[in-house]
Amino acid sequence: MEFFLQQAINGITIGAFYALIALGYTMVYGILKLINFAHGDLFMVGSYLGYTLVIALIISGLIPNLLVALLIIFLMAMGMVALTGALLERVAYRPLRKAGRLAPVVSALGASIFLQNVVMLIYGPRYHVYPKGILPDIHWSIGGAYVTLVQLATLVISILLMGGLYFFIQRTRLGTAIRAVALDHDTARLMGIDVNRIITLVFLLGPALGAAGGIMIGLYYGRINFTMGWGYGLKAFVAAILGGIGNIPGAMVGGFLLGIFETLAAGYLPWGGAWKDAIAFLILILILILRPTGLLGERVVEKI
Amino acid sequence: MKDLFLRLKGIDQRWWYLALALGIILFPWFTSNYWISVAVFFGIYALLGLSLNIILGYAGLFQLGHAAFWAVGAYTTAILNTRYGIPIFVTLPISALVSALFAILITKPILHLRGDYLCLVTIGFGEIVRLFLFNDPLGITGGINGIRGIDRPSIFGFVFHQPIHYYYLTLAFVVFTIFAMRRLENSRLGRAWIYVREDELAAEAMGIDTTQVKLLAFIIGAAWAGVAGTLYASRYTVIAPETFSFWNSCVMFCIVIIGGVGSIPGVLVGTLGMVVLPELLRDVLEEVVQWRMLVFGAAMMLMMIFRPEGFWPSPIRRHELRAAELTASE
Repeated sequence: MEFFLQQAINGITIGAFYALIALGYTMVYGILKLINFAHGDLFMVGSYLGYTLVIALIISGLIPNLLVALLIIFLMAMGMVALTGALLERVAYRPLRKAGRLAPVVSALGASIFLQNVVMLIYGPRYHVYPKGILPDIHWSIGGAYVTLVQLATLVISILLMGGLYFFIQRTRLGTAIRAVALDHDTARLMGIDVNRIITLVFLLGPALGAAGGIMIGLYYGRINFTMGWGYGLKAFVAAILGGIGNIPGAMVGGFLLGIFETLAAGYLPWGGAWKDAIAFLILILILILRPTGLLGERVVEKI
Repeated sequence: MKDLFLRLKGIDQRWWYLALALGIILFPWFTSNYWISVAVFFGIYALLGLSLNIILGYAGLFQLGHAAFWAVGAYTTAILNTRYGIPIFVTLPISALVSALFAILITKPILHLRGDYLCLVTIGFGEIVRLFLFNDPLGITGGINGIRGIDRPSIFGFVFHQPIHYYYLTLAFVVFTIFAMRRLENSRLGRAWIYVREDELAAEAMGIDTTQVKLLAFIIGAAWAGVAGTLYASRYTVIAPETFSFWNSCVMFCIVIIGGVGSIPGVLVGTLGMVVLPELLRDVLEEVVQWRMLVFGAAMMLMMIFRPEGFWPSPIRRHELRAAELTASE
């Protein structure tokens, strides 16, 4: 039971990362029907920016108050990655909007290589390690399992961000515009919505959330590398499919479910650790064969 | 200058082809072993590109896990050869067959999926195959180290062991494949593929069994990738799971798209761009070798922005894109 609880807690933490990244995939897919293969790398850029800012602001003692410093770090990194995301859309995707479905995939892969190598040139190819002890090493015991402060903070911050996003999408005018554009570009345009601006907005929001995930992964695991965007990106994408691609609550649910499935399978199945990644993809295949619209996805009639 | 250009253009096309053929045949005699190896590498990727071109180019099925079929071919050869001592030229057809069977097994349940969904399932299968090779549950794939000590191919006592031997062997395979693909392209099946790509519903209404036709695209494409896998395994004599990663599936995908979907010369140009260009950049940017992949990524984006139909598109495909632009602008 303790083991189960511990695995579940770790699973929820990892699930929070997946969910944050998955939101970026799912929003872009919902609006452009494009798999943004560079999204994982934007998340990685966020992680590196977080690293630099942690060194510059906390370790140097520039901002003595930890909470204020962390807030500034999150806001700055999220803002910068959001701008990168919007720039990426402007440069690499917008010119290709009428060019079919294949060309943007290649462009996205190109962007992914480009971002990885920019980071590699700036930071070097080796692993970087977030300084230890930024957050105090506090943990609580729940039924024999431990929850650390980093885990709790991760959970709280991700739920706040996701709640904020959900509120934004469902309750504000801009959010309504996003949903309208996702349904139908042309009709949305007739209703006076500037579709290009909405697409830019989505490319600001998704990467910003991804960047937050990137910083938290740095704080949680410590080690970051310029190639890590691929692995996390693919997993987060599976999470988005699991919940139903294009569906925002779906991405959140899918992220948490995938994280929990994965850690439980790794903990309980024989050789589960080695097959952890395969489990994610097995789930992907089963979902797509049995229920292609995902758990929360609506049935959409495929346009021919 | 213009005069010269016109005169060059006036020369019978056959002379150009002859010159090209001579150039390709004589190439290894005027260059270093390094560039011969690059050419062999090019040939193997050209085979992979041509095999993916059947699935992605002709039939229009998004396949981002082609490395899996390549891996099945390479590992079949490696296992049969190192464990049972079966010569490479005997394992070659067996590998093709095993890859084809594997394709039937995994694609049969997913053929009804469209577009991006198919793309994702193929990514999933590709990763699972790689993890299978990596974790080695049956104890035959050698885990992370892969399999070493694969024989060189030999025929009537002649062993292909030097780069130049491989150059001609690969060349023979590529030339044969190109001829076969050209015949296939204009066959009943080839036309059916293109029809399915252009309009699946209409194709079905015309009496094409779309499921069967799509399955055949996967079978033939996978078998050919299996052949390329055999060549690869025997050329390098060592194979490891990391070769068959998602990234290499992406490279193959880009080869087909950058060259021009459904176009045989396009695939060759695409292979030059994706496989040989990084090598050339290694030479040119010797001082700043770490900039190589950065330039490469930017080039991929620029290529798609300025020429989304690919470098050398097939006429049908070009027409299709133009038509879409025309209706969009109306």
